[in-house]
Amino acid sequence: MKAFGRLYQRLDSTTSINLKVEALVQYFEETPPRDAAWGLNLLLGKRQRRMVTSRMLRDAFLRSFPDFPEWLLEESYGHVGDTGETVSLLLASRGICPNESQHSVSLSSWMEDRISKLSGKEDQQRAEKIFEWWSRLSVDECYLLNKLLTGGLRVGVSQKLVVRALSKWSGISEAELTHRLMGEFEPSEENFQRLLSEGGGKKVPSQPYPFFLASPLEENDWKSLDFNHLQLEYKWDGIRAQLIFREGEVFLWSRGEDLITNQFPEIVEAASNLPQGTVLDGELLCWNEDQPLPFSFLQKRLGRKKVSSKLLESHPCILLAYDCLEANGEDLREHSLKERREILEKLIQDCDEPRLKISSCLSADSKESLEILRNSSRDFGAEGLMLKKKESPYLSGRKRGHWWKYKVDPLTLDAVLIYAQAGSGRRANLFTDYTFALWKDSELVTFAKAYSGLDQKEIEELDRWIRQNTRERFGPVRSVEPFHVFEIAFEGISESNRHKSGIAVRFPRILRWRKDKVVSEADTLMNARKLLEAA
Amino acid sequence: MTQKPLLSLDSSGLGCESGRFHVDPWRPVDQAVITHGHADHARSGSKAYFCAEGSGDILRQRLSGDFQLTEVPYRKKFKLGKTWVSFHPAGHVLGSAQVRVEGLQSVWVVSGDYKRNADPTCEGFEEVPCDVFISEATFAMPVYHWKEGIEVVKDLQRWWSAEPNHPSILFCYAFGKAQRVLAELSKLTDRTVYLHGAIETLMPAYRNRNVSFVPNQTVSSVERGHAFAGDLILAPPSAHRSAWMKRFKNPQTAFASGWMQIRGARRRRGYERGFVLSDHADWSGLVRSILASQAKTVYLTHGQTEVLSRFLMEEHGLDVKPLKTHFGDEQIEEQFAESVS
Ligand SMILES: [Zn+2]
Ligand SMILES: [Zn+2]
Repeated sequence: MKAFGRLYQRLDSTTSINLKVEALVQYFEETPPRDAAWGLNLLLGKRQRRMVTSRMLRDAFLRSFPDFPEWLLEESYGHVGDTGETVSLLLASRGICPNESQHSVSLSSWMEDRISKLSGKEDQQRAEKIFEWWSRLSVDECYLLNKLLTGGLRVGVSQKLVVRALSKWSGISEAELTHRLMGEFEPSEENFQRLLSEGGGKKVPSQPYPFFLASPLEENDWKSLDFNHLQLEYKWDGIRAQLIFREGEVFLWSRGEDLITNQFPEIVEAASNLPQGTVLDGELLCWNEDQPLPFSFLQKRLGRKKVSSKLLESHPCILLAYDCLEANGEDLREHSLKERREILEKLIQDCDEPRLKISSCLSADSKESLEILRNSSRDFGAEGLMLKKKESPYLSGRKRGHWWKYKVDPLTLDAVLIYAQAGSGRRANLFTDYTFALWKDSELVTFAKAYSGLDQKEIEELDRWIRQNTRERFGPVRSVEPFHVFEIAFEGISESNRHKSGIAVRFPRILRWRKDKVVSEADTLMNARKLLEAA
Repeated sequence: MTQKPLLSLDSSGLGCESGRFHVDPWRPVDQAVITHGHADHARSGSKAYFCAEGSGDILRQRLSGDFQLTEVPYRKKFKLGKTWVSFHPAGHVLGSAQVRVEGLQSVWVVSGDYKRNADPTCEGFEEVPCDVFISEATFAMPVYHWKEGIEVVKDLQRWWSAEPNHPSILFCYAFGKAQRVLAELSKLTDRTVYLHGAIETLMPAYRNRNVSFVPNQTVSSVERGHAFAGDLILAPPSAHRSAWMKRFKNPQTAFASGWMQIRGARRRRGYERGFVLSDHADWSGLVRSILASQAKTVYLTHGQTEVLSRFLMEEHGLDVKPLKTHFGDEQIEEQFAESVS
């Protein structure tokens, strides 16, 4: 863990890309593969198992220091915004950590033999074990350990930089490594060596291709658009997914590289009628006859271990395919979109499965007709248009000049700030998580949470105001004087019985701080319902 | 009938009626007793100023207009109105003092800003027993815990010497922090450190008090061709992202402040590196000093007063009240540095 701790400190203390890559290369060079596998896993932010909750970690601290008031720990947490960091700072002030770590245990052994053995332990036993570790690690390592325990470690490097360093060290191209790293990566010596071996070893059937992403259409993109060579589609408001059918098995990957196969049994069933060696790119949507249902329907299907047959019936899903990346086991990504589209059309037609549809092409021959299409896209349950060059290959990541997204203008409402909470990560100890409300008669009803949209100066100004105008505290959350009005933009609006307001909005964000408006001028819930009916 | 307190807030600040003076007033008054020269504590416009020995040069330099200034050695009692007043070291910056006020019924101490860690540029904090203690509470959260200055400056020197090819720029407050760094560095190296003009203006006051520093000179006195590769430069935070920075090619930057204790704050400031170095007391320094004052009543100013209040009341049974002052706005000090740079 010492080596990884050193790497973490080096990455954390510079913004220079070169220095970061240099530190990474040195780490891979000096670290035995079994540890490097774990290091890589953490660097990539691949799903980490959470061995203890933040609450348990705080509990372990309180059990270790019974004289420390619980409320003071909560206040400290509210100030810092991160449990792992709060606890490590408090440990530092307690002086129980040695200056130099007294542990020479390797990262892999920490992960495999120690941390993973915590689950199932009684509270007291767990606390004792954690305390024993704390008292032998340096403060910086305690921070790292706390983050490993709670599964929330974020290292300040992008996947891109990690891949660049791996490539520099191994000599394998970045594109190849990006592909090899897609999907699940079980941190083991064997997998790490295979990742870097000649030919990358045999690909496992589940391995997805990196997603190709569209860029937002900007003003000066117009001149490079040639309507004769563009494929137009709706931009759907579902979940981007990659469907794989290889060696008799179906895999469904989300864009965040989560395997979501089990959550969509009807798609799995349908996909097994495709020919072997097929990979499709498309959108998962809840569907009714010939229209998508609002995103809130799809949401019901997410994050479940098992989908009941009742839910399958009430919330039926389809995959709306728009690209074909592999057919008959052949990688088609170098082929033009035009060719891929032809193959896709034939595949979907031959398969003849109502759960596998194709995203139809639209046509426009001018900017004006394109605008008309865009403005009507909400009527078809879409959130705008996709513009793709017919000769475009299927690249990876966001590369400009091939695919564009042209979204409809967001819906907006003016709402009142009523709660604030400290953010996390780089925004810890600033109030950046806001809750907004709308009027219902003379009452303010919570309607949306938003985290983004203000610039740094506004965030700091608002933070100061929140501290001075706090009404009540509930742990890290503060209620504030209803005073400031913000214009909130969102992509979609739907009924919801989970929210007190009876409505749920998608992707809410702050459009602007309406300093020109007083609280009484904020929108009412009635206004929100009008948008709902229009949608 | 309740006794009128010896000190209380009025529109000009913390006033002492029977002594006919204010401590660190934010509006012009007849007699101002000043704890130290930071811009949020020492404001222009009053007729007469009293300060501790060591603070005079700074005040003369920073205050504008006509005024009378009396410098009094630490611990020497002098009479103002019906009270006896004396200055006691606060360990914050050069010439910083706690103000002890002795009335007929009680003794009050106004801490001003203070710290408990060693600082070679000023005399260490003195624990002064009193009935009522008015303490700052800038870093009043238990997560704030300082290492000794020399340890932090050792880290700083490691950071500096690891970059031989580019300039290393450390941002820090021009009055106090910069000199503390220069004084600690003199124990570790004799390489020249370069200073922003706003820091240089304060150096003569320190030289007059015989504080020893690492060799230093202003950036502007260096000939044009010098690239500052591998050099350390000290500048106030206001110089960050200003035109002044153009002179330095691909510098690595750091900020020295207590706020750097928290990762989020570090990232937000946009510096690559944060050194946790503060001239204010950390949590344990605050608690220790407040308890050592033996005061039964404590007022808290500057920053996070609520948490410390509750802690002192619940854990130590003290009577604690917040005091709304205009101190603790480091932005004022920053703007001041800007105006003289
Ligand atoms: Zn000060
Ligand atoms: Zn102050």
